[in-house]
Amino acid sequence: MSLLSNTSVLLGKELRTEFRSRELLITTCVFIIIVLVLFSFTVNPGTEQARQFAPGLLWLAILFAASLMFQSCFLREQVNDTLSSLRLAVAEPFSIFLAKLVANTLFLLLTELIMLPIFAAFYNIPVLPNFPVLVLVLFVGSLGIAVTGTAISAISAQARMRELLLPLLLLPLLTPVLVVSSIVTAGLLDRDPVVQWRGIAFLGVFDLIFLTALWLFGQYLLEE
Amino acid sequence: MAKRTLFGAVATLLVIAAAYANFFVAPTERTMGLIQRIFYFHAATAWAGEMVFFLCFVANLLYIWKRRDQYDWLGVACAEVGLACITIVLITGPIWAHPVWGIWWTWDARLTSTFVLWLLYVSYLLLRTLIEEPGRRALLSALFGVFAFLDVPLVFFSIRWWRTQHPAPVIMGGSGSGLDPIMSKVFFFNVFVMHLFAAFLIVERYILEKLRHDVDVLQREAGAQ
Amino acid sequence: MTATTLPPTGLRFDNIDKRYGGLYALRRVSLEIAPGECVVLAGRNGSGKTTLLRIAAQIVLPTAGELMFPGAAPNTPNGRPGYVAHATMVYDELSAEENLVLFAKLQNVDNPAARAEDLLREVGLFERRDSLVRTFSRGMRQRIAIARALIHRPSVLLFDEPATGLDPLGITWLAHVLREMHRAGGTILMSLHGESEISAFATRAVHIDAGKIIADTNTGGASLHSILTFGAA
Repeated sequence: MSLLSNTSVLLGKELRTEFRSRELLITTCVFIIIVLVLFSFTVNPGTEQARQFAPGLLWLAILFAASLMFQSCFLREQVNDTLSSLRLAVAEPFSIFLAKLVANTLFLLLTELIMLPIFAAFYNIPVLPNFPVLVLVLFVGSLGIAVTGTAISAISAQARMRELLLPLLLLPLLTPVLVVSSIVTAGLLDRDPVVQWRGIAFLGVFDLIFLTALWLFGQYLLEE
Repeated sequence: MAKRTLFGAVATLLVIAAAYANFFVAPTERTMGLIQRIFYFHAATAWAGEMVFFLCFVANLLYIWKRRDQYDWLGVACAEVGLACITIVLITGPIWAHPVWGIWWTWDARLTSTFVLWLLYVSYLLLRTLIEEPGRRALLSALFGVFAFLDVPLVFFSIRWWRTQHPAPVIMGGSGSGLDPIMSKVFFFNVFVMHLFAAFLIVERYILEKLRHDVDVLQREAGAQ
Repeated sequence: MTATTLPPTGLRFDNIDKRYGGLYALRRVSLEIAPGECVVLAGRNGSGKTTLLRIAAQIVLPTAGELMFPGAAPNTPNGRPGYVAHATMVYDELSAEENLVLFAKLQNVDNPAARAEDLLREVGLFERRDSLVRTFSRGMRQRIAIARALIHRPSVLLFDEPATGLDPLGITWLAHVLREMHRAGGTILMSLHGESEISAFATRAVHIDAGKIIADTNTGGASLHSILTFGAA
């Protein structure tokens, strides 16, 4: 099936490019650390207040980091006009998006997992209880961020002031993800942890809706 | 031209008539008093704004499918008029809420999704100013418009199911629920009038966009020679 | 270049329009290129040459009209044209070999690694196969770009001002590549400025101006020389 084979080849390219330089991963990790540190100045770390706000702050940090991380997504295809050679070569234009959004989800998730111990230390919140479910929540949330982020990156790459435009277009769209992810995460990290499967399902629906939209309309985003 | 002027005159007169009805025809509400009168205007504009938003979505889809400039002009006209409607809603809401409930704002489902809708409209219009080439501008903003439309119900339900835990004042709901018959008539008159006025504004904005396009074409042709 | 003969494929533009806003980059352009022809497209900057080539490469969709590749077997790699422009269209952060293998795999070329190696040898980049493209000189970039375009053995080649930035040695090499393609039966459409070693074996020239074709050696009335030199003016 050409969609899958094209996607896996392109995904290999995305991963190889990033892991060779690791510049995106490193800068995003550093950025999240900075944001978490700054946030900790606004609440009293180690207190009940911090415990209440921390999950929301974590997701806020992830959102901000994502809107930086996705800047280069389609910009790096403009440098040597590789977007044109990709479009010429692939049988299915959606494979370009699929490869990028899978890569973006993986990079985002990797950054979050690296950040998790630092987050736990800063705010004195144990993250190990219910760890698998926490990873699941991070995954469905990050997938939603990556799907919309990849689409918006394709749009903003073709406009002026793209560095400012991308967060402007992306962040309002991600309101549902921020709301539900932070509440579900707060439930998981609470003293009496509770797993809100409904919330996880909602995030899954969000992901599905935008993945479908990207599948239907992706080819138009690439048009010239 | 004469038809448009007539349309505009009629629409404006009807708005004045609606205002009159709001202040002098509708009975005073028992608990909230005078401030409640703003509700007719506020809720009617909200409905009109939602209708316009839907029309914008349809225009966006049609442009992506057919690629005719007319759909792009309709899209931007709806976006600007819709933004105006939503801005009015977001201003009149707190004006009503403060004397009645003592708060300017609350993050309930309807208010939050209205505010996010406002943000998305603004982003849509901003995106348009940042793309020079008309064809690209039309296509990319239409695509963003589609994504925005898909997002709004998700925003609404995410807040409704996860944020509205304690009973919150229903600031923008309750329209038409158990209204006095005269109030009901006044309310639906407002709904009709606001839709009509929005339609008038959309037509004018559409024609303005068409004229801009025609001027642009003439300028390019003149420049090419 | 490659000893194999290529399946004969033509190129036909049928009443192509391309509109950007209110401006027409191409206006009712019709052009039929027979299999095996080598056609030079000449014209001033902004005449529509690049747009026409990008439409042939199917990177740009025409506003109206049709593009056809008569003789192309559907769904085969060599039905797709090879396209070389000023940008290399390869990844700076990957090595020469990685780039070619990537494009070979995407286009379902048999034995992608071997094919990439063959092509690297032919363009003279085998010694630098593990170097990142970022480190390449302009001449080497042109070579890797051409290798990328040829990886799937296209029957139709599209070149947009291929000699730009090349030194005389590079131009000689490019002419050699084109001659080999022509010998193998490939169809070539290229835009050029002026006469050179490269235009020497062109069989036909077309003059395009302001989005319209105004002269064609096929229809008589203009010679190869006149079109090429007029276009350079």
